[in-house]
Amino acid sequence: MKVALFLPCYVDQFYPKVGIATLQLLEKLGCTVTYPLNQTCCGQPMANSGFENLAQDCNELFVENFGGSFDAIICPSGSCALHVKHHLHSEKRENDATHIRNHIYELTEFLTDVLKVEQLPARFPYKVGLHQSCHGQRGLHLSQMSELVAAPYSKPEKLLNMVDELELINLERKDECCGFGGTFCVFEEAVSARMGVDRVEDHVRNGAEVLTGGDMSCLMHLEGIVRRNKYPVKVMHIAEILNQA
Amino acid sequence: MNHSEAAEKFTKDVDRTTWHDKTLWFVREKRDKAVFQIPEWEALREAGSRIKHNALSNLDEYLLEFEQNALKNGVKVHWAADGHEHNEIVLQILKETGATQMVKSKSMLTEECHLNEFLIEKGVDVVDTDLGERVVQLANEPPSHIVMPCIHWKKEEIGELFHEHLGTEKGASDPKYLAEAARQHLREKFMTRRAALTGVNFAVAETGGFVVCTNEGNADMGAHLADVHIASMGIEKIIPKARHLGVFLRLLARSATGQPITTYSSHFHRPRQGQTMHIIIVDNGRTTQLGRPDFRNSLKCIRCGACMNTCPVYRRSGGHSYHNAVAGPIGSILAPNLDMRKNADLPFASTLCGSCSNVCPVKIDIHDQLYKWRQVLAAEGYVDSTKKQGMKLMASVLSNPKLFRFSGKAGRTLMRLAPFSVSNPLNPWYKQREMPEPPKESFREWYVNREKK
Repeated sequence: MKVALFLPCYVDQFYPKVGIATLQLLEKLGCTVTYPLNQTCCGQPMANSGFENLAQDCNELFVENFGGSFDAIICPSGSCALHVKHHLHSEKRENDATHIRNHIYELTEFLTDVLKVEQLPARFPYKVGLHQSCHGQRGLHLSQMSELVAAPYSKPEKLLNMVDELELINLERKDECCGFGGTFCVFEEAVSARMGVDRVEDHVRNGAEVLTGGDMSCLMHLEGIVRRNKYPVKVMHIAEILNQA
Repeated sequence: MNHSEAAEKFTKDVDRTTWHDKTLWFVREKRDKAVFQIPEWEALREAGSRIKHNALSNLDEYLLEFEQNALKNGVKVHWAADGHEHNEIVLQILKETGATQMVKSKSMLTEECHLNEFLIEKGVDVVDTDLGERVVQLANEPPSHIVMPCIHWKKEEIGELFHEHLGTEKGASDPKYLAEAARQHLREKFMTRRAALTGVNFAVAETGGFVVCTNEGNADMGAHLADVHIASMGIEKIIPKARHLGVFLRLLARSATGQPITTYSSHFHRPRQGQTMHIIIVDNGRTTQLGRPDFRNSLKCIRCGACMNTCPVYRRSGGHSYHNAVAGPIGSILAPNLDMRKNADLPFASTLCGSCSNVCPVKIDIHDQLYKWRQVLAAEGYVDSTKKQGMKLMASVLSNPKLFRFSGKAGRTLMRLAPFSVSNPLNPWYKQREMPEPPKESFREWYVNREKK
């Protein structure tokens, strides 16, 4: 399968290891992966701040990078994938934009729904807490939402359970927002930080040695809180765990 | 004070924030327990949403049908274009009755219209009879929650307040004792007031009757003992048929407090012998909202407050931080319709996590509307100009791959060589969080090197 890798801008700049793990994991699972070299960002920072109109050049650039013949575009972030799925349009190449919207996948949904992965050659002997990022969960339906009266399922949990010796811990609030929220994290700094502290403490209280999730943006915020307050927990993106040998 | 400033003030008291968050989360959990006992819950929400959709699409006809039926029942019907007209109508009715005192059960509409302030200024003595509302009234505060108006008060603080106003023993904080004191205090008001105002939860077009839901029976005590019953309702309270109550009464209390039904669901149809009954139907911006395709279904709201209880921001910033009669996520999509300038901050007081839309019993797409209000507010010029300039700069960098790579590398280098350039108190991120550790190589640089090999 010929796929393109879309990395969120901050992952490219601050978390290359997450990009590397994603790339290696996809290759390990038999994909031919291309990383289009002129990619930057999905445009969400502007759009979520009310300036959707300022994101148009970003959108066109996105289509230039990812338009074409990819079978799938994979992004290790539910939030960016959701944004593209819902908001990507092009004045010049709307057909390509439509193809992208219909073929963009968050990493874990691609693994479970498209590749239909049933086993992984990974071992990770730690207690792991899964942070459900809202856009992946409530937007892309990566897992069942605690508010709805409906049967439970979870794509990221399904994958984590394939990892040898990995123990998933239970949280008191299994899908509460971490408070990152894009520019919310600076414009509503006080509430954002407080939400982050509460999320981290839920993981720590329940014995997580590693806090993981599918969205590095939430994890960047939580990691900032972990490091400031010296909580005894390590933050890792789910791709890094699934890619463990 | 905008939401962010008020929230910062609120969160300064760490223990109180913990307590406030846990108290409201407890209500969310009660709601979860109650709704998970109803296997058809999601279908019920869908039914509620569709009935409201029909009601909003045919509002003109249903309102007239309701008016005709209410008139037939001997009720006097008034129409108010805005809050001021509503308040004047209430005052006029009181004058005609010769009443200078009135009891009032919970009505968020009258909060929205600032009725109490208006009447008090005109020399009318208004007593709120919902216990929580009485607490905030004595404290001279607005409610902080539409269902639990004094949820931000601790019982010890209510003890102090009652000691001062109702003469309870100093230091007493036993809820039963305090509730008993409030009952005695309110009993006297019910017995002596000749006018009572109630809200309306549901107005039934088919019958001209209306339903008021309370847990304390205070609406009934007020209305049954008074010579004049005034019921104030927003135009969106209409439902077409009486049988639709079977959907909404099941949805309302489970969503609000996790009860199967409110303790009192009182159906009013006509004045009893010797009583006069008035209904005031209020627009106050609702038709404007109805005319906004992206926001019209915010009018489906049945005021259960579930979106507040589940909102992680509301729980940690308190209802008053929203500076609007209706706080929380639903307040944040209703308020800009009333005053964009004053409420431009509210749609940004959210992470867009979407939990609000999932608990909403009438399936309002609250978080999508928050996103859409942000676009409207930015387009209409209600977003801070420094933020706008920042966004323009960001957009120009992110749409230019070379500039993006250059800025990224320069930024990372600066962070490594001079961490203080970003890790300083002027950076809001850094106040309570560390900055990410900048790597030497971006992913792209790593990838390009790998491809060369």
